[in-house]
Amino acid sequence: MTPEVLVEISDLNFSYNSRPILKGINMTMKRGQVIAIMGGSGSGKTTLLRLIGGEVVPSSGYVKVSGQVVHELERDALFEIRRKMGMLFQFGALFTDLSVFDNVAFQMREHTDLPESMIRDLVLMKLHAVGLRGAHHLMPAELSGGMARRVALARSIALDPMLIMYDEPFTGLDPISLGVIGSLIRRMTDTLGMTSVIVTHDVQESLKIVDYVYFIADGVIAAHGTPAEVRDSVTPFVHQFVHGEVDGPVPFHYPAQSYRRDLNLEKALV
Amino acid sequence: MQRRTLDFWVGLFVMTGIAALMFLSLKVGNLDTYGIADSYVVKGNFDNIGGLKTRAPVKSSGVVVGRVADIQFSTSTYDAIVTMNIDSRYQFPKDTFASILTAGLLGEQYIGLAAGGDEVMLKEGDTIMKTNSAMVLEEMIGRFLFDKASEDNDF
Amino acid sequence: MFKHLAASIRGIGHRTIEGIWQLGHATRFFLLVLLKSGTSFRRFGLVIRELYYVGVLSLIIIVVSGLFVGMVLGLQGYETLQKYGSESAVGTLVALSLVRELGPVVAALLFASRAGSAITAEIGLMKATEQLAAMGMMAVDPVARVVAPRFWAGVISMPFLAAIFSVMGVFGGYLVTVTFIGVDAGSFWSQMQSNVDFRIDILNGFIKSCFFGVAVTAIAVFEGYDSPPTAEGVSGATTRTVVTSSLAILGLDFILTAFMFRGL
Ligand SMILES: Nc1ncnc2c1ncn2[C@@H]1O[C@H](COP(=O)(O)OP(=O)(O)OP(=O)(O)O)[C@@H](O)[C@H]1O
Ligand SMILES: [Mg+2]
Repeated sequence: MTPEVLVEISDLNFSYNSRPILKGINMTMKRGQVIAIMGGSGSGKTTLLRLIGGEVVPSSGYVKVSGQVVHELERDALFEIRRKMGMLFQFGALFTDLSVFDNVAFQMREHTDLPESMIRDLVLMKLHAVGLRGAHHLMPAELSGGMARRVALARSIALDPMLIMYDEPFTGLDPISLGVIGSLIRRMTDTLGMTSVIVTHDVQESLKIVDYVYFIADGVIAAHGTPAEVRDSVTPFVHQFVHGEVDGPVPFHYPAQSYRRDLNLEKALV
Repeated sequence: MQRRTLDFWVGLFVMTGIAALMFLSLKVGNLDTYGIADSYVVKGNFDNIGGLKTRAPVKSSGVVVGRVADIQFSTSTYDAIVTMNIDSRYQFPKDTFASILTAGLLGEQYIGLAAGGDEVMLKEGDTIMKTNSAMVLEEMIGRFLFDKASEDNDF
Repeated sequence: MFKHLAASIRGIGHRTIEGIWQLGHATRFFLLVLLKSGTSFRRFGLVIRELYYVGVLSLIIIVVSGLFVGMVLGLQGYETLQKYGSESAVGTLVALSLVRELGPVVAALLFASRAGSAITAEIGLMKATEQLAAMGMMAVDPVARVVAPRFWAGVISMPFLAAIFSVMGVFGGYLVTVTFIGVDAGSFWSQMQSNVDFRIDILNGFIKSCFFGVAVTAIAVFEGYDSPPTAEGVSGATTRTVVTSSLAILGLDFILTAFMFRGL
């Protein structure tokens, strides 16, 4: 079976208020793949997911999902394609006025005519997968950060979409749930033949489960490869990232004028 | 919150709201005194209506029998045409006398009907022939002063 | 000197254009909400849920305020009317002021600060915490699912709340003048009934409250949906809801009154 391409990103450019965030991104994602997107904080990973979901419109280039250019779709067609996408938001974005159960049941109730008893079974199954079946009656305010993220994960897989985007699914998780969630993503992708896109900073954990890695820096793809290639890479950029070194090509600081000048130390020198 | 309790409270709220509207319409307002009962329309021409307003009461022997529906000025007869809705339960003879009266010294103005002796009753659309205009305070005072002055002159 | 003048004139011009732009933006949003109201009526449960938060929870403040306003009206009206020996007209005074003006207006002002601000804050926070974006990503339109039910709940609640306010006011006036001061109960009611007209007074008061309901809730949902997704953004939007809808209520009241009672 030759895996078909689900997402195709071609020469994608995007800027916020004329500040370029992404410059000429090219990616392909196939069915059955788990793809990791890594990059420094503020490098535009969340923005890339928003572009795939059609929430923002690129300044040039395009994102194609199952052959359709996302930003050219009419509203109804966009909603049609979004039904087949799941997105785990970086901050969970649980509906605070609904219980955990109702959060996970939300899409089933909105988009399907399933009987309430079947919805109940499905919701409990999804919650069981993230280890929170017992917490189904709680309100989001009563959850810890990691629990909320797991509920959000259960919600994003509620309708078994063909493409799931996880914006940092591992942050705030303890090592045990981290491992469980990681293998859950891998297993779902394999059994359902879907595509998973993971934005993550957790290099070690994600290298265990992903098929391909993209590194984004300065709005371009700085490096990409399979986990094996990445681990053995001698590219300074990848090496710095994989081993978490402070010094290297990836800047820790947001672009700014010189530190000395900001602290008014340079005046004396002039 | 449970769906059932929620529905209960909202149901109660809507019921209270409707009850309040009913109370306003029936107990505070006068929905039950006109509009519901059948009525017929009669007209009357008055030289001067004073301060008569639409929906002022039409009374006979102090009982409200109808309301003023409309007041127009006629450019053919140069007087006011007052349209009244009279409750169909009350029939008046054709030669009924309509006058514009004032409740109390400064109170609101209303139309008083004094029944005549005709055999034929007023029907829908009829016009009352015998009318008496409103007393206008200024005219009354003016006439009083004039009378007084002429009395003085006699001596 | 001249520079200052030019700058301030330019400032005024800028703000005017900004205001017009904002008004157009709000109007378009309002039409969008109307357009997407289908869901609210197909799934009326959504509106019922909001009716609880918007209507039922506003009841206490409406009932208590209505009672007190009516009591004050009764007391003040009695003081003045008894000088002319017409204290039996106090029922008319209380009822007319409530049904024509105070009921719709005061209830709408209370509604704006009780329910309008809550609607704005809720929608604003849902936006700030990306709940609306998440809903959109789940192919559920947030305007249809979140905004429209709240809008209709507010529009439905307002006339009921205004009517309840007026009834409580009449009751409060009755309590003070008849029960405490001793005005004759019969003349209290009969004077009221012969002077309060169903169409002119009660129906017009009802129509007023419908207008206010639409205005307040439309402003509340717009400010919430339009608020910057931050804590200050939401708090600023909440304040704007109360201020703008209060001004809208009073301005609309003048216009509606001019239309309704002009001939009288
Ligand atoms: N709504 C916005 N308006 C203007 N600029 C924005 C907006 N959202 C994000 N940005 C900018 O876009 C850049 C990329 O943001 P993005 O959220 O995609 O980063 P990220 O890679 O997801 O970072 P992190 O790992 O911290 O989540 C940032 O520099 C940010 O300042
Ligand atoms: Mg991000």
